[in-house]
Amino acid sequence: MLRSRRRRRMAPVRAPRELAAVAVPAEELSEPDAILDVQNLRTTFRTDAGVVHAVDDVSLTVRRGRTTCIVGESGSGKSATARSIIQVVDNPGLVEGGRILFRADPDGPVHDLAALSATGDGIRSVRGGQIGLVFQEPMSALSPVHTIGNQIAEVLQLHTDLDPKAIRERVIAELEAVGIPRAAERVDSYTFQLSGGMRQRAMIAMALIARPALLIADEPTTALDVTTQAQILDLLAELKRELSMTMVFITHDLGVVAEIADDVVVMRHGKVLETGPVDQIFHDPQHLYTRELLASLPQREEAVTGAPSDEVPERVEVSDAVDTTVRHDDAAPSETPLLSIEGLRMEFESTSGTMFSRRTTSRIVAVNDVSLQIARGTTLGLVGESGCGKTTLGRCVMRAYRPTAGALHYDDGENATDLATLTTAQLRPYRRLVRMVFQDPYGSLNPRMTVREVIGEPLRVAGIAQGSELDDRVESMLERVGLRRDMASRYPHAFSGGERQRIGIARALITEPRLVVADEAVSALDVSVRTQILELLAELQDELGLTYLFISHDLSVVRKICDRVAVMYYGNLVEEGPAAAVFDDPQHGYTQALLSAVPVSDPRLRGTRPRVVYRPEEAA
Amino acid sequence: MLRFTIHRILHVIPTLIAISIISFFIIQLPPGDFLTTQIASLEAQGESLDPAQLEALRVRYGIGEPFWVQYWKWISNIVLHGDFGLSFQYQRPVGGLISERLGLTVLLGLTTLVLTWAIALPAGVISAIRQHSAADYTISVLGFVALAVPNFLAALALAYIGFRFFGQSVGGLFSPEYVNAPWSLDRVLDLFGHLWIPVVVIALAGTAGIIRTTRANMLDELHKPYVTTARAKGLPEGRIIRKYPLRIALNPFVSTAGWNIPQIFDGEVIVATVLALGTTGPLLLGALRSQDMYLAGGIILIVAVLTVVGTFISDLLLAAVDPRVRFGKA
Repeated sequence: MLRSRRRRRMAPVRAPRELAAVAVPAEELSEPDAILDVQNLRTTFRTDAGVVHAVDDVSLTVRRGRTTCIVGESGSGKSATARSIIQVVDNPGLVEGGRILFRADPDGPVHDLAALSATGDGIRSVRGGQIGLVFQEPMSALSPVHTIGNQIAEVLQLHTDLDPKAIRERVIAELEAVGIPRAAERVDSYTFQLSGGMRQRAMIAMALIARPALLIADEPTTALDVTTQAQILDLLAELKRELSMTMVFITHDLGVVAEIADDVVVMRHGKVLETGPVDQIFHDPQHLYTRELLASLPQREEAVTGAPSDEVPERVEVSDAVDTTVRHDDAAPSETPLLSIEGLRMEFESTSGTMFSRRTTSRIVAVNDVSLQIARGTTLGLVGESGCGKTTLGRCVMRAYRPTAGALHYDDGENATDLATLTTAQLRPYRRLVRMVFQDPYGSLNPRMTVREVIGEPLRVAGIAQGSELDDRVESMLERVGLRRDMASRYPHAFSGGERQRIGIARALITEPRLVVADEAVSALDVSVRTQILELLAELQDELGLTYLFISHDLSVVRKICDRVAVMYYGNLVEEGPAAAVFDDPQHGYTQALLSAVPVSDPRLRGTRPRVVYRPEEAA
Repeated sequence: MLRFTIHRILHVIPTLIAISIISFFIIQLPPGDFLTTQIASLEAQGESLDPAQLEALRVRYGIGEPFWVQYWKWISNIVLHGDFGLSFQYQRPVGGLISERLGLTVLLGLTTLVLTWAIALPAGVISAIRQHSAADYTISVLGFVALAVPNFLAALALAYIGFRFFGQSVGGLFSPEYVNAPWSLDRVLDLFGHLWIPVVVIALAGTAGIIRTTRANMLDELHKPYVTTARAKGLPEGRIIRKYPLRIALNPFVSTAGWNIPQIFDGEVIVATVLALGTTGPLLLGALRSQDMYLAGGIILIVAVLTVVGTFISDLLLAAVDPRVRFGKA
């Protein structure tokens, strides 16, 4: 097919003259062992809406052989800084000032990358060859219509003289090196045929195949599950040691920083607030903002001494049956639970895979015989990796799906019924009692409706209130979620992510529900905003006596706010119990694996915990 | 891929049958049948038809019999013998009428298609890469002007220019002295001397849509992270554009590529009529006006069949260029 079409070979890019023109005396580096020295960098986005100084006079030094983490919340300019280094800032961003001194070899010449033309051969010979880049979302960062082998091979065509056959062999070897099994077959697969973790491994292989001196990883694990994140972090640490390279790692997650950083740069609003070795940042932070960030971290144990080690944690394999549920307390609850899920099962028919064989429909069991109880006024955390069925379970509770089997006994003292069997018409009164808060504060608000319409709609649809009474209730609800009354007539685009999530919460609570299903409600928010929203949810729970089903992949959040925790794995409930019991004394192998993958938020504890790897056992 | 192809073919067959029935239904719609019309016109000229011959024609076309019998006679003759019936107006077999115009029609259609794409695709890409630049605005304005000017008006204007300044004959694809001349180098040159007017008119009018679609698709794709990835590898800009965003931006065109096939065949009715070109377009218009049912039906059927076949080809092409379609992920 088209993929086997022969292409004219690209000539490797070399630009000694252009690089020589931007050479700088080595004395101008602020530290002699620096591989990268960013001096007074300014990157500006000029848009119709105005000028944004994404990177505002940033200076930072990356020392050879170390891992430098740039930490900051969204909009802090951390990504723009990283991209400015090799001049791949998104349009209309421009590097407007400053110097980027880069020294590929320890004793080699120093070049000012900022002085190179953004499209010239000079910078092109550095990109990919001497500085590799790994992005956040491997699905969108790789082309969907080219095989991964094709995309990785390009780097070698550009930066080596190897012939096509040798290139292919190197690509396969590199895929093996990053831990992709059956690399010789996978080299010809497309991104959508690989799992998220495999895609990110392929991306890392692409960034490293030309053996760059510096690897820039821009949130490489943010889009991944916690267990996959642990694997990728271990892989990066291993590769860094084997290839003796330097890494710049950009993240918003301080846990990850504690796990891998040697040096830390804290950024906010395009400026560097604090820099220092990881131990100092975590144990003796100077800037107030750094302290705030650290305070948002869960359960930091004090009084640990000792320097951070470079050890990759040891691996322990465990296995347990998937279809057994570990329950920490068998005692029957004293009162009737608000929601009692019994033997819930949800199957999807899937016209599987290809267009070539439409007729093979397979059945996917998304939720397999799950039984759970949620007591009134409590919070049940539902955790698990993507694809484990936790969202499906939440949607069954909402009756967005009709469960294949099982019961959903709802009893708030006034109304009691089995939600699982009701028809759409019968469900209507319960629609206002069971409400949902969504994950994406951007996608879940209609941009063409004002906040008043968005929040008031459930009331209007249910025929509960209208006219000035409706406006009154909407405005008092706005105040309750920490917004101002006069914001009601604005449109969603005028709000930040955190404010939008408050609007989403107001929309859920306007009908005075009893049960709120929060599906990853804080996952898309920055750390500091996340803390505020969690506090708001807790306040509202106390005031209104709400019951939460809190679905999240973020274990630290669940631990902080949930009374009980349920762990799901491929549709099965594997462990359930009080939060403290599950987190401190996990019984099921999968729960142990999941917990061991969470980064420890103290660099001094690095490498002290074994990494548990779970292998499901054949069902007995 | 083989299963996919067979699957698609199985979808095509019932569609073709349905389309042929609809085509026949349409040409049957006018009151009366063509034999009565023909007899009437012959009698008006004082001639009469041999009753035996009349009866033979009746049997041949199943006239007076139910719709399905007539349809079956019509379609089975086409499928089995390639016989599209007789044109009442020209008193000649429809197949011959169409095929003698086919060469010029396809020539006009293909040249137009190639010129349209040769102009529109680079223009659209440049427009997207240099968004909000002078080049972008110029291309957009020119494209819209070409779209807004009615084809027949542009055709008349160009024909006037051709006549006034280059001394060309107005209308037709040949100068009078070459119309019935045998093929020679001079005749070919004469053909191209006339061909450029309709080609330019039709091609320019078609560019605006493609420019806008290309521009919009490219703008969507240019800011995707995989483009930055490609740049971060050190690829040169031109190659980045060609290999990554352009490849994906072309998908919507690939999926409609087959629709160009009937367009090549029907030969732009209005422009061809205004310029009196010897293509199938004016033939169809004439047939419809004079109730020449087998000629009109034949052309409509061919265009419809080509549309179905074109869509089928598009489906295969799209599966070939986009692995997401091939593996059922999009």
